[in-house]
Amino acid sequence: MSRYEPDERGYWGEFGGRFVPETLVAPLDELTENYLALRDDAEFSREFLYYLRDFAGRPTPLYLAERLTEKLGGARIFLKREDLTHTGAHKINNAIGQILLARRMGKTRIIAETGAGQHGVATATVCARFGLECVIYMGTEDIRRQELNVFRMRMLGAEVHGVDSGSRTLKDAINESLRDWVTNVRDTYYLLGSALGPHPYPLMVRDFQSVIGREAREQFLEREGSLPDALVACVGGGSNAIGLFHAFLEDDVRMIGVEAGGSGDKLGMHAARFAAGGHVGILQGTKSYVLQDAAGQVAATHSISAGLDYASIGPEHAYLRAIGRVEYASATDDEALAAFTELSSTEGIIPALETAHGIAHAIKLAPKLSPEAAMIVNLSGRGDKDLMSVAEYENGRAEQ
Amino acid sequence: MSRIASRFEELRSAGRKGFIPFVSAGDPDLETSFRIVLALADLGADIIELGVPFSDPMADGPTIQASSMRALANGVRLEDVIELSRQIRESSEVPIVLFSYLNPLYQYGLERLAHDAAGSGIDGILVTDAVDEEAAEIGAIFRSNGLDLISLIAPTTSDERLAKIAANANGFLYAVSRAGVTGARSETSSAAEELVRRARAVTDLPVAVGFGISTSGQIEEVWEYADAAVVGSAIVAEIERAISLGNVPERVRAFVGSLLPAVANTGTEN
Ligand SMILES: Cc1ncc(COP(=O)(O)O)c(C=O)c1O
Repeated sequence: MSRYEPDERGYWGEFGGRFVPETLVAPLDELTENYLALRDDAEFSREFLYYLRDFAGRPTPLYLAERLTEKLGGARIFLKREDLTHTGAHKINNAIGQILLARRMGKTRIIAETGAGQHGVATATVCARFGLECVIYMGTEDIRRQELNVFRMRMLGAEVHGVDSGSRTLKDAINESLRDWVTNVRDTYYLLGSALGPHPYPLMVRDFQSVIGREAREQFLEREGSLPDALVACVGGGSNAIGLFHAFLEDDVRMIGVEAGGSGDKLGMHAARFAAGGHVGILQGTKSYVLQDAAGQVAATHSISAGLDYASIGPEHAYLRAIGRVEYASATDDEALAAFTELSSTEGIIPALETAHGIAHAIKLAPKLSPEAAMIVNLSGRGDKDLMSVAEYENGRAEQ
Repeated sequence: MSRIASRFEELRSAGRKGFIPFVSAGDPDLETSFRIVLALADLGADIIELGVPFSDPMADGPTIQASSMRALANGVRLEDVIELSRQIRESSEVPIVLFSYLNPLYQYGLERLAHDAAGSGIDGILVTDAVDEEAAEIGAIFRSNGLDLISLIAPTTSDERLAKIAANANGFLYAVSRAGVTGARSETSSAAEELVRRARAVTDLPVAVGFGISTSGQIEEVWEYADAAVVGSAIVAEIERAISLGNVPERVRAFVGSLLPAVANTGTEN
């Protein structure tokens, strides 16, 4: 077995597992059993690929960002255009996979958490498509900063519940989703949006997202006759990053995950789980790096992007870092904003603020590599949803 | 025999059923928790469950979430809960069970925790989010220090799992009355009785029922088929109400006294 596969209890090395209240064990067993059976089911794969192609619009292009490359004067930068999928972010890949699974399991009510709102929109979209009841939990701070997506979810027929506990962001929305699930286990399917949570979610979400890297690898090979030198992706929970990386893990390709550096190095001012303040811990069903205080209380986090503003990181990333296979870096709020503007004005592509963290790192890295080198950046989502926040932030800065 | 086991022995031979109140340690502050616990012991509580505050209580409803946050706002840490237990133990022999999420325990160190907890008169620990092999590992550490690992069972737990959980558990089994989070309800679901019946088929451990019990009627109903009733959110809600009114321990004593006339009586009979 590849060392990139988790063991049967969902552990990659010491990371992962299943840390849940007893009530959730039976539904997780049911989910695991159903998912593992479908993982090798040709009919399920065909159905999944059909919706990826005809509903979500895959394959997405691998696009050479010529003007940005030229401007930076280093490695060629290719963009994997997940922003061009239906609903505008990679989240739709996972939502399609899981909704097909939920249908086969006979579940009639779908719940999901969302941070930036992209996963909520993707979930509401597939629920509308299949006529299933949809309840989305979202922190009230995120509702404020991603208002457009709240409107989209409601338009799609979803019920959006604001979550007012904790820091009122993604973590709190996951807590509330888990509380709903534990209360309504029999008819409810929890459609988790990133490569985190208890086994089998990190594995399943990774599998559904790995279409990104499979396509990118094939597209790059076909175009260049070789493999790229580096891959770059932003890391919230870690689904777009692992989705891009997975198909390249056995290759000699450098990979960099970019966390949210926020507005400073102090605990509470960022969401860089691998920076100081991040220690191995157990949060929301999985063992991974967690931003926390010495007493094991989970720390507040900050990022300008709601989708990266989370105190823990998917367990597979913790493992890939531990074995030295993937490097992790961070980009600050200001660097992400600069990259947001740069990509918009140089390439005519407005990225999501989450994605802008990956772009920010690519901007730093490209000039250090030779013009013969090539990197692929996962353009995980488009930035329409962020225009109001960016305007607000710039106004705030102008006033200071 | 552990303090928990001997308490259930006493109950059994007296033909009585147990009452297990829950409070979040340090809500509203450690001194008040101390006085509340002594009042509860005095009223005849058979075991005290002390909640260890955690920032992300995913199995708790709004009432216990809020109490956890009040304790955290006071800076209450696991060390403080252990120290609180030591102080309680100096004044009372009531068995103490910590009720916690794993992460604060894990950061403290499980070996160190087991050692310090046992040395402070804590009798058992229930870890909300540890199951299977992880729970077995924790249970082994606790046992080697003379602590009981109290385990949850739920209506969704299969018979096969029930047997496995019981084999790794000590003290008593905590049966969750219904699928859901903690929180007061006016009715106890019929799922609880069925669950206790299934548990009896695989174990001789005493079984306590909790989650959603908030009235004397519900307690009496649970006593028909289980060995003890756990009351959490109803007491925590009373603490919350009492905070703005003042004299929290006395108000909680009056509330629990009225909730449990039968227990108050048996308490003085002992
Ligand atoms: C466009 C986009 N990229 C990235 C992320 C971060 O999530 P993940 O790390 O799971 O890809 C989000 C999450 O909301 C997102 O909307």
